[in-house]
Amino acid sequence: MDTNYIRRRYLIAWISDAIKPRRDIVMFWQLFTSGMALGCVYALIALGFVLIYKATEVINFAQGEFMMVGAFVAFSLIHFAHVPFWITVVLTLLIMAAFGVLLDRLVMRFLVGEPAFSLVMFTIGLALFLRSVAGMIWSTDTFAFPSPVSGEAIQLGSVAIAPGDMLVVGATALLVLLLYLFFRFTNLGIALQATSQNQFAAYLMGINVEGMFSVVWALSAMVAAVAGILLAPTLFLHKDMGFIGLKAFPAAVLGGFGSIPGAIVGGLIIGISENLAGGFLLPWVKDIFAYLVLIAVLIVRPEGLFGIHEKKKV
Amino acid sequence: MPLLEVTELSKKFGGVHALTMVNLQVEKGEVHALIGPNGAGKTTLFNCISGFYRPERGSAVFKGRDITRTAPHKIPRLGIARTFQNLELFRNATVLDNIMLGRYMHKRASFFSEALFLSKAKNQEVEARRRVEEVIDFLDLQPYRDRVIAQLPFGTQKCVELARALALDPELILLDEPAAGLNSEETRDLCFWIEDIKEDLEITVLLVEHNMRVVNEVADRVTALDFGAVIAHGTPEEVQQHPDVIQAYLGEDDGAAASA
Repeated sequence: MDTNYIRRRYLIAWISDAIKPRRDIVMFWQLFTSGMALGCVYALIALGFVLIYKATEVINFAQGEFMMVGAFVAFSLIHFAHVPFWITVVLTLLIMAAFGVLLDRLVMRFLVGEPAFSLVMFTIGLALFLRSVAGMIWSTDTFAFPSPVSGEAIQLGSVAIAPGDMLVVGATALLVLLLYLFFRFTNLGIALQATSQNQFAAYLMGINVEGMFSVVWALSAMVAAVAGILLAPTLFLHKDMGFIGLKAFPAAVLGGFGSIPGAIVGGLIIGISENLAGGFLLPWVKDIFAYLVLIAVLIVRPEGLFGIHEKKKV
Repeated sequence: MPLLEVTELSKKFGGVHALTMVNLQVEKGEVHALIGPNGAGKTTLFNCISGFYRPERGSAVFKGRDITRTAPHKIPRLGIARTFQNLELFRNATVLDNIMLGRYMHKRASFFSEALFLSKAKNQEVEARRRVEEVIDFLDLQPYRDRVIAQLPFGTQKCVELARALALDPELILLDEPAAGLNSEETRDLCFWIEDIKEDLEITVLLVEHNMRVVNEVADRVTALDFGAVIAHGTPEEVQQHPDVIQAYLGEDDGAAASA
């Protein structure tokens, strides 16, 4: 037989195996659900970016490290102080809120009005600082974070869903609902929205704008802590886990930096699509897929999915 | 005792003396106009009164209380509301939401009772909405209630800003060039509203205005500023005939600086 023919057939078979999507519906849903859990974590970190950016116009590149610190605080409470899990969650949220307020009062307040570039350098420096300090306190080892849920995977038809993934999705949905109610209906939430839209006008309404900055730092540190507690059991606990913030950043941009629903949808799109790409295309595509999706969306809609496109009047 | 008394107020920006030893007295119940050429320091004076700027010396006393070093968010709580020359509205919110924010500082229910929507929180929302509807009726904003600010014409946006300031229930309202950018019909409405604000709502008005027809129509007393200093004060007629005011607006007699 013609060797060229065989070689050609072999090549075609190899390429189609690698690239042609396998129409495997079970695998699709399997990847979809686990991608959703990952996407929820991206969404929560992206939410932290957006909250701080909208109110204070600072892009906090240490958002991933906030998550790492939150996860380590929770881990320490459970592992060393033997605090029950649900009390740990409450304590961690309080500690992280205090962390956010202190950071704002002691440092950020003095940087108000500085050029955006200085602020970006500051938050990148803060990320490095937190990573190093975490390495000093908790060492550079990888820890196993105890999962609050255990047991068999839940069968939904032929798709198996890990209880950990269920918890991540459920907790994220609950948190997003609570945040929605907070921003929509409470006086404090409305004051925060007002501060985000127009600080001058907020002062005129008697809103303590500096106070709102502290609240927003506390709020995004708390959201980050929730992300950390949800991510650590399914992934790992390590001082470098904050690097996942690099994936959450495209999620925030994808949603139109500054839109809270955008951050959630952006996070889910990135989590689900990269999981599907990793499973159906090639494994190494997974790590760059977030950026491919981002580039594709920004070409079509430069303002992001939920961004408000403000045309400058001339 | 005047409602607002500004004494020897001075404010510098680097080497520029924006305000020099400014004295101003606003009596309760009057409409007081500040006039002066561009750059005379009128808006700077407003910014000092509303806490955005810290003057180097002098004081502003409101109802017997020194407000010179008060934080800007505490000024409205003392009873001073303000509008801006270049609108400061919440542009992506509706007219109703903007005016409702005027009631923010009057809400007293705790976060806890809001979260559970207890009767206290409910009552305060009903009360806030009732007050806001009164203001909407007063300024004829009914057709725009649910429109987003960014879609509205400029004149209506100015009206919304005035409505939001009134929703604060102030004792003194500072209006920074309320007639700027309005057409003649809107300007006429504005004059009627300022009269009503004084007569019916019993709110004292301090306004900066370039349109002398408006000043003549609404102002009880006028203070003229030039290069950061008071050059005249009195009734509108007195101030307009004051030689220093004529000179400030028309320039020197020899015509070399007659650019106004």
